[in-house]
Amino acid sequence: MRTLNYHSGAINNGTMADKILKKLNIEVWRQNNAKSKGKFETYTIENISTGTSFLEMLDILNNDLIEKGIDPIAFDHDCREGICGTCSLYINGRPHGPDSAVTTCQLHMRKFKEGETITIEPWRAKAFPVIKDLVVNRSAFEQILQAGGFVSVNTGGVPDGNAILISHEDAEEAMDAASCIGCGACVAACKNSSAMLFVSAKVSHLAKLPQGRVEAKRRARNMVAKMDELGFGGCTNTQACEAECPKSISISNIARLNREYLAARFSE
Amino acid sequence: MTMQNLDSKIPAGPLAEKWSRHKAAIRVVSPANKRKLEIIVVGTGLGGASAAASLAELGYNVKAFCYQDSPRRAHSIAAQGGINAAKNYQNDNDSIYRLFYDTVKGGDYRAREANVYRLAEVSPNIIDQCVAQGVPFAREYGGLLDNRSFGGVLVSRTFYARGQTGQQLLLGAYQALNRQIAKGNVKMYTRHEMLDVVIIDGKARGIIARDMITGQIKRFGAHAVVVATGGYGNVFFLSTNAMGSNGSAAWQCYKKGAMFANPCFVQIHPTCIPVHGDQQSKLTLMSESLRNDGRVWVPKKIEDAQKLREGKIGPNDIAEEDRDFYLERRYPSYGNLVPRDVASRAAKERCDAGYGVNSEGKAVYLDFKYAIDRLGRNVIEERYGNLFQMYEKITDQDPYKVPMQIYPAIHYTMGGIWVDYNLMTTVPGLYSIGEANFSDHGANRLGASALMQGLADGYFILPYTIGDYLAGEIMTPKIDINAPEFVEAEKNVTQRIEKLFHIKGAKTVDYYHKKLGNIMWDFVGMSRNEEGLKQAIAKIRELRDEFWKNVKVPGELNNLNPELEKAGRLADFFDIGELIALDALDRNESCGGHFREESVTEDGEALRNDEKYTYVSVWEHQGEGKEPVLHKEPLIYENIKLSQRSYK
Repeated sequence: MRTLNYHSGAINNGTMADKILKKLNIEVWRQNNAKSKGKFETYTIENISTGTSFLEMLDILNNDLIEKGIDPIAFDHDCREGICGTCSLYINGRPHGPDSAVTTCQLHMRKFKEGETITIEPWRAKAFPVIKDLVVNRSAFEQILQAGGFVSVNTGGVPDGNAILISHEDAEEAMDAASCIGCGACVAACKNSSAMLFVSAKVSHLAKLPQGRVEAKRRARNMVAKMDELGFGGCTNTQACEAECPKSISISNIARLNREYLAARFSE
Repeated sequence: MTMQNLDSKIPAGPLAEKWSRHKAAIRVVSPANKRKLEIIVVGTGLGGASAAASLAELGYNVKAFCYQDSPRRAHSIAAQGGINAAKNYQNDNDSIYRLFYDTVKGGDYRAREANVYRLAEVSPNIIDQCVAQGVPFAREYGGLLDNRSFGGVLVSRTFYARGQTGQQLLLGAYQALNRQIAKGNVKMYTRHEMLDVVIIDGKARGIIARDMITGQIKRFGAHAVVVATGGYGNVFFLSTNAMGSNGSAAWQCYKKGAMFANPCFVQIHPTCIPVHGDQQSKLTLMSESLRNDGRVWVPKKIEDAQKLREGKIGPNDIAEEDRDFYLERRYPSYGNLVPRDVASRAAKERCDAGYGVNSEGKAVYLDFKYAIDRLGRNVIEERYGNLFQMYEKITDQDPYKVPMQIYPAIHYTMGGIWVDYNLMTTVPGLYSIGEANFSDHGANRLGASALMQGLADGYFILPYTIGDYLAGEIMTPKIDINAPEFVEAEKNVTQRIEKLFHIKGAKTVDYYHKKLGNIMWDFVGMSRNEEGLKQAIAKIRELRDEFWKNVKVPGELNNLNPELEKAGRLADFFDIGELIALDALDRNESCGGHFREESVTEDGEALRNDEKYTYVSVWEHQGEGKEPVLHKEPLIYENIKLSQRSYK
């Protein structure tokens, strides 16, 4: 069981204590489409409750902008509970903003100060081109997984679930790696725009289980080759990816990926 | 339309043999012919992804669509607690029959026996399939699969992967889908939204979709279309659904002749983080699995509740003997694990009586102190760590130290597109699976059964039943997307988008969506009555008229435009909301998630009326602005004796 590195001095008497932030400045990247040149624009927003989520703050700002006849800010989001991996904002120089172990949609305004200027950018990486404003194209992640991030079984004709014994620890470790939500924060955090944490999470998840072990070498080789082909950078061990991962995926997965990859190369 | 279209096609024979006999009787398409046939699958959640992958493995040419930037982001990803299966691994006398019985009873006797039995019958295969794919289910120390309990049942049959079971099952289906995309058997269209279904000579032959990045309206042809686009819970604005979850694909099918069943059966989940303030955009579920170890309570003394609401005291200041564990008190045999509809109404009853514990008076406690004392913090952390973290991030409260505050919220829609035993709608060649159809959960879904149904439909039912239809299509050439029906459908879609875009009114889409949500929650929510439902219908119509005159859609038509997407979905939500209210008005009984104040027992429990309402309400569209026609599919119970549900 991994330790959850959260905890931020929550109020523990069971009462909610929200305050109102009277004024905030929002400096945000505006870019109309993939081909146009982008630039920062600054807007002000008033009377935001500290219990409001960051994306709800953007909803409110967008409603203001629409009413003023300004094109609202496009940003990716969907589940708003930290699991779909759609939201992808680079806030004040950090993927998913100033809280630890959260996605942007779980970030709340209590993490910001009265009068603060908040800077919002899209993920910046060659392999993630901007579509509009803060929305990027992450289809490179899809291609990496299509290159081998699966177990080659068809529907039907499989053994009973209990026929494959898996130790509690292995299942938990596989689950830790499988918790990756594919948001791309690791790439955005990395100065080389490396996708090693993302790739290693899938390789580890499947390599830790007997079902996935069969193809482990081929999987590692094919996924790494695809990652390189798509323009992601190399890993220089800065550990920024682990620090910014909203699901606290460990860089020990990268070590496992390297072992699998080397084994695959030696067996060629 | 004749009642013949409502033939449920339930096979003859004893319940336990129906599916086997049916599979033996239906036609199969040869591998050579499968290569010539195309299938469109819309939606890539558990139902859509598993269906698209399985159909492609069989050799069909599949085109799959999702509005998200990746199939992995469909809202099945957010399902937390688990998936049911009749494995009887715990030796607690579980069986296919018991899962079938629990599901029919949990659904308050408003589901088809044959469909539910089949669901229970294929449930063990789902677990095997997911394990083979590498889904990291929780394991016992001996290496065997672990189980937990869920509401409405007395056995442990729920398989889980921490509080992220939906995520792991969806990633399993997504991996299978990715494998087929890589092989070229599935062509995947992400960031594409289906805006119409195309019918040629009475059969579904394709869809019209908008490329959400370029705004281009595109035509796609196929020999069959599968709609797996989830539920319509976002008609209430605040719900546990994803922001983009919508009912539009299902609604386009309805407008093209697919009938819509039991729209008023909406599930209100008892354990969600309460609404807080007026800037909120969505509600977050806290898994039902928490009720395994958490105890639900409010203060016994109304003055304590008053002090809690004013923030003068905290929950830990209230003595043990002053806590009212109202579920354990009212339902001693099921206690905190009563079904969702029962738990939701009980919470509302306490809060309406003045015992609510947050500043709005709309919250009860879910307390883990007792479980932590009994099992230790480590065990609770391992079981629910991610949920506790999620709760803390949203509320700034530490649930290891103070009880969670929870309140019911809109979560799931049991109603949906009517389908027969083959999962085909009233339009030949148009199928619907998963939450998008109505088929298995009656008036209330049991916890951990949505994942089961989505994957049962996609892996083990549709791939068989669709063959029976496609066997008759092997001589049909590739569908011509220049046929007049495609041209017409594209024209209608374009005109509707342009109409919305050019209103250029004064109010935003969200403004209207919140207003619709308030009407739905106040009059068509947890408690309904005739007068309120009639008011709701009038208010919805009025608001819809205003929306079509005064909404403001900014941006460009030929660019990424989230406001335009939202406007189209909301336009359909008005119509869906109206149909929910009409259906709720017709059904003057309380059953499952549908509670009519006119139909209660002496002690205030829901009162079903089997004599009058043992039917599926099936609504048929009659054209814009016209009242839909209600058909009734009688529900025939040959194996289960109907009784008033009791969890006491």
